[in-house]
Amino acid sequence: MRAIVSVIGKDQVGIIANICSLLSAHQVNVLDISQTVLQGYFTMIMVVDTSACPVDFAALVTELEQEGTKLGLTIHAQREDIFNAMHRI
Amino acid sequence: MLSKDEILQTIHMIDQQHLDIRTITMGISLLSCANPDAKVCCQNIYDKICKKAEHLVSTGEAIEREFGIPIVNKRVSVTPISLVAAGCDTEDYVPFAQALDRAAHTVGINFLGGYSALVQKGMTESDVKLIRSIPEALATTELVCSSINVGSTRAGINMDAVKLMGETVKAAADRTADRGGFGCAKLVVFCNAVEDNPFMAGAFHGAGEAERIINVGVSGPGVVYHALQAVKGQPFDVVAETIKKTAFRITRMGQLVAQEASRRLNTPFGIVDLSLAPTPAVGDSVARILEEMGLETCGTHGTTAALALLNDAVKKGGVMASSSVGGLSGAFIPVSEDEGMIAAAQSGVLTLDKLEAMTCVCSVGLDMIAVPGDTPAETIAAIIADEAAIGMINNKTTAVRVIPAPGLDVGDTVEMGGLLGSAPVMPVHKSSSADFIHRGGRIPAPLHSLKN
Repeated sequence: MRAIVSVIGKDQVGIIANICSLLSAHQVNVLDISQTVLQGYFTMIMVVDTSACPVDFAALVTELEQEGTKLGLTIHAQREDIFNAMHRI
Repeated sequence: MLSKDEILQTIHMIDQQHLDIRTITMGISLLSCANPDAKVCCQNIYDKICKKAEHLVSTGEAIEREFGIPIVNKRVSVTPISLVAAGCDTEDYVPFAQALDRAAHTVGINFLGGYSALVQKGMTESDVKLIRSIPEALATTELVCSSINVGSTRAGINMDAVKLMGETVKAAADRTADRGGFGCAKLVVFCNAVEDNPFMAGAFHGAGEAERIINVGVSGPGVVYHALQAVKGQPFDVVAETIKKTAFRITRMGQLVAQEASRRLNTPFGIVDLSLAPTPAVGDSVARILEEMGLETCGTHGTTAALALLNDAVKKGGVMASSSVGGLSGAFIPVSEDEGMIAAAQSGVLTLDKLEAMTCVCSVGLDMIAVPGDTPAETIAAIIADEAAIGMINNKTTAVRVIPAPGLDVGDTVEMGGLLGSAPVMPVHKSSSADFIHRGGRIPAPLHSLKN
């Protein structure tokens, strides 16, 4: 299953490393990644594949959110379907 | 491939513009629960709801987590109880409401609708028993909602029922006087009620519906408001197009959630109701959308035109986004549940008369409006009759959910709490409608030709 992980917040050292190591620990494969920093404000969007993830998706979402709280960032993980539904006919 | 802007747009809609799925409502037929023994019938009702809706809340929560979209309410609508209980040998219908309430608590839903009767042409003995039990039923239950249909375009308006409902609304307020007349927030009087409405307090599972069904109500006034801020000062063609595009996106999300819920619950998908349903939160208001179109305060001249455009554009945008659109679909204007409406009513610009005009062009009607506690039952009945007439003549659903706030007068505010918000008490005309209401009988169905 493909999902979108979005990370928004104040830029700091090691954001990508932190998120990626959490994802790799759950066998989540990163398919695409894009990030920008605008006036110290960090935005990263990742397209990931969760097919091999041993825990269910809702649990992964919770873990990512907790990691976000720890780092002072807003992290969302959502199934890709919702974006496709909204932006593609 | 999705672009970054598209992804961020969706995230901003949810995080900052209050986009949510307002409700997943499971419709359940209770016709199979009928039994001459009222106690057995109540038990059947409880058992059936608990069995059929067992996984509704957990499924809703799972979808919420996976898609990252809030699903604010999980609800159940049932067959009008006046039909289910008609065969029971009992005078007291309150135990049916209590059975519904127990079942609602057991399955963990937010509201349950269907303590209802359809009396647009006439009332059966069962209908009368149900209507008379409403004040007590709503006072002794927490989650049960009641709706009565008193008119339709095909049948006309049942003025005996209108009179009875005026008295019932008053009694429901008095019976819950310790809670600001809260009972009335769970009671709605319809004309042309729809059978697949997922929104409360008017949801019921129509007799023409399947055994079980999933209906989804989407929302998103904040998203429309935000989209309109980007087209300030531009002509109405642009405004309409902008609303359509936004409504399309919102509804696509609703359709996705509806299909997912339907699949997981192994229940047929019914409809998506594409209503703009406001909440008391700042930035989630229908009134503010109308003001964004260029009105200083909602309720001033031009409000009806602005609302007509909004309501129509929402439907046009939403219809293509869903395989089946139904329910009430349009824009809701519940005063107490809309931060902008509350402000407009408090400033005196938004009046009951203007709200009545607005209901001619939007979905539903006079909703969540507090009126002085000493308003006579006949005046409330006359408000219901006016609203039913608008629905009957214009072939649309209209409704009245007013709260004659016990002991309160114009200038006071009733606190309803949560999504129901707070209602400023609005003035009503003091001139009597009593002789009009006491006539009783029926207002005949209107002509369908010679339209002017």
